[in-house]
Amino acid sequence: MLIDQQDTEAFRLELRQWLAANCPAEMRDGARDETAACWGGRSWQFSSEAQKTWLERMIGQGLTTPTWPREYGGGGLERAREKVFFEEMAAIGARLPLVSFGIWMLGPALLKFGTDEQKRTYLPPIVRGEIRWCQGYSEPGAGSDLASVATRAEDRGDHYLVNGQKIWTSYADKADWIFALVRTDQEAPKHKGISFLLIDMQTKGVSTRPIRLISGASVFCETFFDDVEVPKANVVGVVNQGWDIAKYLLTHEREMISAGAAGLTGGRSIAQVLASQDSRLTDATLRARALECEIDGLAFGLTLERYKDQAAAGQAVGDASAMLKYMGCELNQRRHELLMGMAGMAALEWDGDHDSLPADWLRSRANSIEGGTSEVMLGIIAKRVLGLPG
Amino acid sequence: MANLIETEEERMLAGAARRFLDDLAPVSHLRQMRDRMQTHDPDLWYQMSAMGWAGVLVPEQAGGDDMGFSAAMVIAHELGKTLVISPFLSTSVIAATALRQVSGSQATEALASIASGGITYALAIDEGAKFAPEASQLRARRDGNGYVLDGQKTFVVDGSFADRLLVLARTDNGQTLFDLDAERPGIRRDRMKTIDSRDAATIRFDGVRADFDNVLGHFDDAMTVLAPAIRAGQAALAAEMSGLAAAAFGMTVGYLKERRQFGVAIGSFQALQHRAAILWSELELTASAILNAGRMLDQDLDNAQLAVSLAKARATATAKLAVAEAVQMHGGIGMTDAFDIGFYMKRARVSAEWLGDYSYHAEQIAQLRGI
Ligand SMILES: Cc1cc2nc3c(=O)[nH]c(=O)nc-3n(C[C@H](O)[C@H](O)[C@H](O)COP(=O)(O)OP(=O)(O)OC[C@H]3O[C@@H](n4cnc5c(N)ncnc54)[C@H](O)[C@@H]3O)c2cc1C
Repeated sequence: MLIDQQDTEAFRLELRQWLAANCPAEMRDGARDETAACWGGRSWQFSSEAQKTWLERMIGQGLTTPTWPREYGGGGLERAREKVFFEEMAAIGARLPLVSFGIWMLGPALLKFGTDEQKRTYLPPIVRGEIRWCQGYSEPGAGSDLASVATRAEDRGDHYLVNGQKIWTSYADKADWIFALVRTDQEAPKHKGISFLLIDMQTKGVSTRPIRLISGASVFCETFFDDVEVPKANVVGVVNQGWDIAKYLLTHEREMISAGAAGLTGGRSIAQVLASQDSRLTDATLRARALECEIDGLAFGLTLERYKDQAAAGQAVGDASAMLKYMGCELNQRRHELLMGMAGMAALEWDGDHDSLPADWLRSRANSIEGGTSEVMLGIIAKRVLGLPG
Repeated sequence: MANLIETEEERMLAGAARRFLDDLAPVSHLRQMRDRMQTHDPDLWYQMSAMGWAGVLVPEQAGGDDMGFSAAMVIAHELGKTLVISPFLSTSVIAATALRQVSGSQATEALASIASGGITYALAIDEGAKFAPEASQLRARRDGNGYVLDGQKTFVVDGSFADRLLVLARTDNGQTLFDLDAERPGIRRDRMKTIDSRDAATIRFDGVRADFDNVLGHFDDAMTVLAPAIRAGQAALAAEMSGLAAAAFGMTVGYLKERRQFGVAIGSFQALQHRAAILWSELELTASAILNAGRMLDQDLDNAQLAVSLAKARATATAKLAVAEAVQMHGGIGMTDAFDIGFYMKRARVSAEWLGDYSYHAEQIAQLRGI
């Protein structure tokens, strides 16, 4: 396998050759948006033969999850090689072979808190894109105040009986499994009675209802649980201590959203758009704002890299992920406002829900809400990073 | 891409610098100098030289420590935290980088004198209200076996006391950089009274004679030598500003925890918490740009302009925000001369202009990125 190559530069050359030979031409369009991506799962319909081939070949090399341990099918790459991997992928405009909440969120949480059995059971199907996960955190009464989740899981001896409702569950209608925060102790203080539970969406009593977004697409759902029986082995970590896992997972979610917002896995950069149109901005005010946005975007991209370097050196990002989330999302929104301004009246036509500038512009407004609002992020920075009182 | 974490050596250098400066050059030192209208402290500079800082960019064979640009920026960052007045940027970063671009014993000797703290330099390029080296008009005409310089330079940082001047002049087919003794006949130096209490001078050149060997680099081609020197200076200044901003921020967060109103610490008010959190976020982004600029300069001095302009633009914006927020969140005391924050605000304004303001660097970035 590629990853057996000992020396980093030798790895780069080998990888470059391998990508040249194995990445299908259709997968080299640099597309990074949600709709171009392969999300996997039981019901996944490949958009092309190339998408399927690309996924299979990358799975074969452990490169759908380049940094995960090899025993679960990952690439086991350390930080220096991870950088090489993304540099070489970017050099040919290769799409990621697979994106998913399993890769971004559940996987890191299982690697830290899961039992060996849970890791062996759940990680390989994520790596291979066989099982698609969704996130059951938010409820109608528990948004920013997430710890007040009310969906309850009652201990029935050999299983839990789950009742309640989740909301804003992205892709719940397409997912095979859900990781959910449920209340397992009604009496304890709100942070101390929550467990982190894995639920098969095909279980009797689970149902979903899509909600339409202002951007047209309907990516999120209401998710209902009516007397759903869940095996006790599906609790991750310790019962009633799910809040720690929930928070840990959120730091990964925030890093993921901010990376996407930075244009590394999604979105468009102003410089790229101008280069592709072979034009320059002539309107002075627009140009000045675009420049500021570009400057902040470059500094933000470097910050993401710096934090990853720090994490690789053993300094976990932790609560500072709130800063990445806040800055990345505000930037992405600024960028989309500017892109709309640059495109002018040409961007006023509703040209579909997918890969369309107006739809993406509208979608970007959710960035400062999903995964914790900007106000909540600033609160985390103030209290946990800066140590301010209250 | 280079690794963007501080190395162990850099951490140690920063720690040693901090201890040294807290001892010898806290903000009260600047205040004393301001009160005495003094803009240069030769003793302090001598001690900084003994620490190896004067020769941070001087090659070892010329007696320097040759620690590289990242290290110079670590020192500048620490200098910025307590607003230390010193010729570090003009002499040890800008002049040393310029002299390194040329070969020959003359340059090596000059570098050796810089490293030992024996001579100081000032960079005389600006003539108008904005940084614009290309627009420089001071004339140097050929005359016998030398040149004659006529014109005026403004805002020459450290210009009133520097031993030597790097002077940018217009020549027959371009621009030429001269390295002159500041005491040459025909040179008149007038110290400016600057808002940040540091040294700057207006310098007149009336028929100043220069020899062939006063030309640094090649005739009609100043930029080969000057551009890297300016770039290094911009990066170090950005690092100084990021230190300034970090210190202003530290004072502010400290005050938020300590000052009580309505029976509670003012830091418990969400309006102030969010302002502090936004400011910290901005500081983090700027810190990345600063680290990156140092790494890029050390890797490839000639192709580091994007990284350097990014660092200077970000540092300018962040320092401005940090001092404005600092004054606001301190309330009335923030407006008093007796309190230090005003010094930070003044220095932030001066360093915003020196070596190119936000717009100047944004324009560099625009050219490089095609915007
Ligand atoms: C596109 C999208 C996808 C999503 N996907 C998922 C998903 O897959 N799974 C999932 O579980 N959830 C998902 N969410 C939900 C998201 O996490 C919540 O919307 C978010 O946490 C905010 O909760 P809320 O909507 O109830 O708003 P509220 O908490 O009611 O907030 C309303 C306003 O009040 C402010 N506010 C609240 N508390 C404070 C405070 N203490 N201080 C200051 N201001 C405050 C907020 O910042 C906000 O501006 C998604 C949301 C969106 C928009």
